[in-house]
Amino acid sequence: MDTAQGLIMKQSKTELLSAYRGMRTIRIFEDRMHVEFAGGGVPGFVHLYAGQEASAVGVCANLTDADILLNTHRAHGPAIARGADIFAVAKEIYCRGDGLCRGRGGSAHLHDVKSGLWGANSGVGSGVALGCGAALAARNNETGGIAVALVGDGGANQGVFLEAMNLASIWKLPVVIMVENNGYAEATAADYAIAGGDIHKRAAAFDMPGVVVDGHDYFAVYDAVLEAAERARAGHGPSLIEAKQRRYYGHFEGDAQSYRPKGEVEEYRKNRDCLKQFRQKVILDDLIATAELDAIDGEVGELIDRVYADAIAAPFPSEGEFMQYIYATDT
Amino acid sequence: MPIKSYRQAINETLFQEMRRDERIVIMGEDIAGGAGTPGIEDAWGGPLGVTAGLVGEFGRGRVLDTPISESGFIGAAAGAALTGLRPVAELMFVDFLGVCFDMIYNQAAKFRYMFGGTGGAPLVIRTTIGAGMRTGAQHSQSLYSIFTHVPGLKCVMPSSAYEAKGLLTQAIRDDDPVIFFEHKMLYDMSEDVPDESYTIPFGEANFAREGDDVTIVALSRMVHIAGQAAEALAKDGIECEIIDPRTTSPLDTDSIIESVEKTGRLVIVDEDTPRCSFATDVAALVADEAFGALKAPIKCVNAPHSPIPFAPELEDMYIPDAAKVEVAVRAALEASK
Repeated sequence: MDTAQGLIMKQSKTELLSAYRGMRTIRIFEDRMHVEFAGGGVPGFVHLYAGQEASAVGVCANLTDADILLNTHRAHGPAIARGADIFAVAKEIYCRGDGLCRGRGGSAHLHDVKSGLWGANSGVGSGVALGCGAALAARNNETGGIAVALVGDGGANQGVFLEAMNLASIWKLPVVIMVENNGYAEATAADYAIAGGDIHKRAAAFDMPGVVVDGHDYFAVYDAVLEAAERARAGHGPSLIEAKQRRYYGHFEGDAQSYRPKGEVEEYRKNRDCLKQFRQKVILDDLIATAELDAIDGEVGELIDRVYADAIAAPFPSEGEFMQYIYATDT
Repeated sequence: MPIKSYRQAINETLFQEMRRDERIVIMGEDIAGGAGTPGIEDAWGGPLGVTAGLVGEFGRGRVLDTPISESGFIGAAAGAALTGLRPVAELMFVDFLGVCFDMIYNQAAKFRYMFGGTGGAPLVIRTTIGAGMRTGAQHSQSLYSIFTHVPGLKCVMPSSAYEAKGLLTQAIRDDDPVIFFEHKMLYDMSEDVPDESYTIPFGEANFAREGDDVTIVALSRMVHIAGQAAEALAKDGIECEIIDPRTTSPLDTDSIIESVEKTGRLVIVDEDTPRCSFATDVAALVADEAFGALKAPIKCVNAPHSPIPFAPELEDMYIPDAAKVEVAVRAALEASK
């Protein structure tokens, strides 16, 4: 039988392997990006997702083709998790002409209609309002889809976050608000900036369920999103999930991170890491053999080598294309 | 042809377009009014009565009263536009667009570009401009220049009922985000408006009056102020050509240049404040592209660089009037004698 047991029986072995592959792909992609950036080959502001993989992958494992994911500026991980072409993702981060957004978006604005990935943006709370609109469109157009809006602990302090929660609730929109609380809004601690310390508790004020989960535990994220997504699909309205997690790198590449306690990242890498937790669980429960997981690691490593070689070799956009895509008639 | 007011023309357009395309939803504060109250549905039909009756035909699923959450609902409108609806959002006064400016200039305006042409926001934001209603400094501005400045947006200022119907129909059918600026003081102005739908293309100016002596470029209500001045000047044998660009983005630069090449004199009438304004934009355009045709310095008639006063006597001084336009036209003629 191809079904996992006990705690994780909601997912087939194939789904679990896919989740592991997704998390490993993001990890190796981001670790490599860190190295390439330090080497000077990557332009602009780049925000890495390493450490937070269980969050995006746990969300996307619950989504269908009809669903819409609203991404944040920390965009690489969720884009890969949602199934955007990883070659095109890398080329976009390298600002190449055949990147995911033809070199007009870059690292922070990955967007892919084909895979239901919409509107990565740097107005950090904005995605929640956009997600309300996407949910309204899904409902009015009867697509059967829901919207999931990712937002960080920093974005959760923008007024638009609260306005959108209120709107989602009074209009009973099929939207899941996924707060990725990674402990730092840029260089400011979530514990300092968030009154009461808990974002999920705000949900009660807006008459929607609010839960907190360990964002490094794929299974915890998966279960919370499953419940929220089912509620949205059934027409019962929005939910909020706060997934507590840590990023392994700075707010952006080049961030010296002098605000972080010494040893914090090492501690998370050693004892809380999502890939380690996942491996322990599936190996202990006899669901997946170590060799199968190791084989995936090897395959992903080779894939990422090809992805980077391809991106670095790709052509830049040409001057002749400069004024394209500003208006609908600019082709 | 039936006579309709500017307000009726806009209302009729919304009915006709919502019947034509089910993806159109309208949303805004009190756009129907009465939501959740024991009173009647459609209590207000919009703060200025422009959307009356729509909720009766199209229901609350397509006519959405919003809380006073401009970022929230303009953001939702942008997100809905990105993913399959064609929202027409109303934000009752342009003065309040600052509350949600991020959703307009960082989000809706940039989607198409940032996403490499793979997504866009067919969104209309209807709002009002204009002084004269004694509504004070935070309900009376004409802030179209701020939006004209932003690539990706289109900016539309109908000057009459006929123009309003054709331009709003075009705005709703357009695939880009459009800010549609309705002038409060024009709502009750009426003229012949066809019953059937029609569009007026963006970026094509209307020659509201033809003349050989001076070109006057004016927008929205200022087209009428310019018209009053032109009537008075015609009695002295001075013939003004009045160009209503209809849209500041895109801007019909060809028509402006063509007219100035004929008259050699340019007066711009703009209800907005003067610095970095529509008036200075057109003045710069002509100085750059038609300098050789000018027989006199370009004259701008703007509101002063001041907030809008509440005292009626002061507010009347604030708004460009026909007398100020006449002075500018005569000054242009005097300078070129």
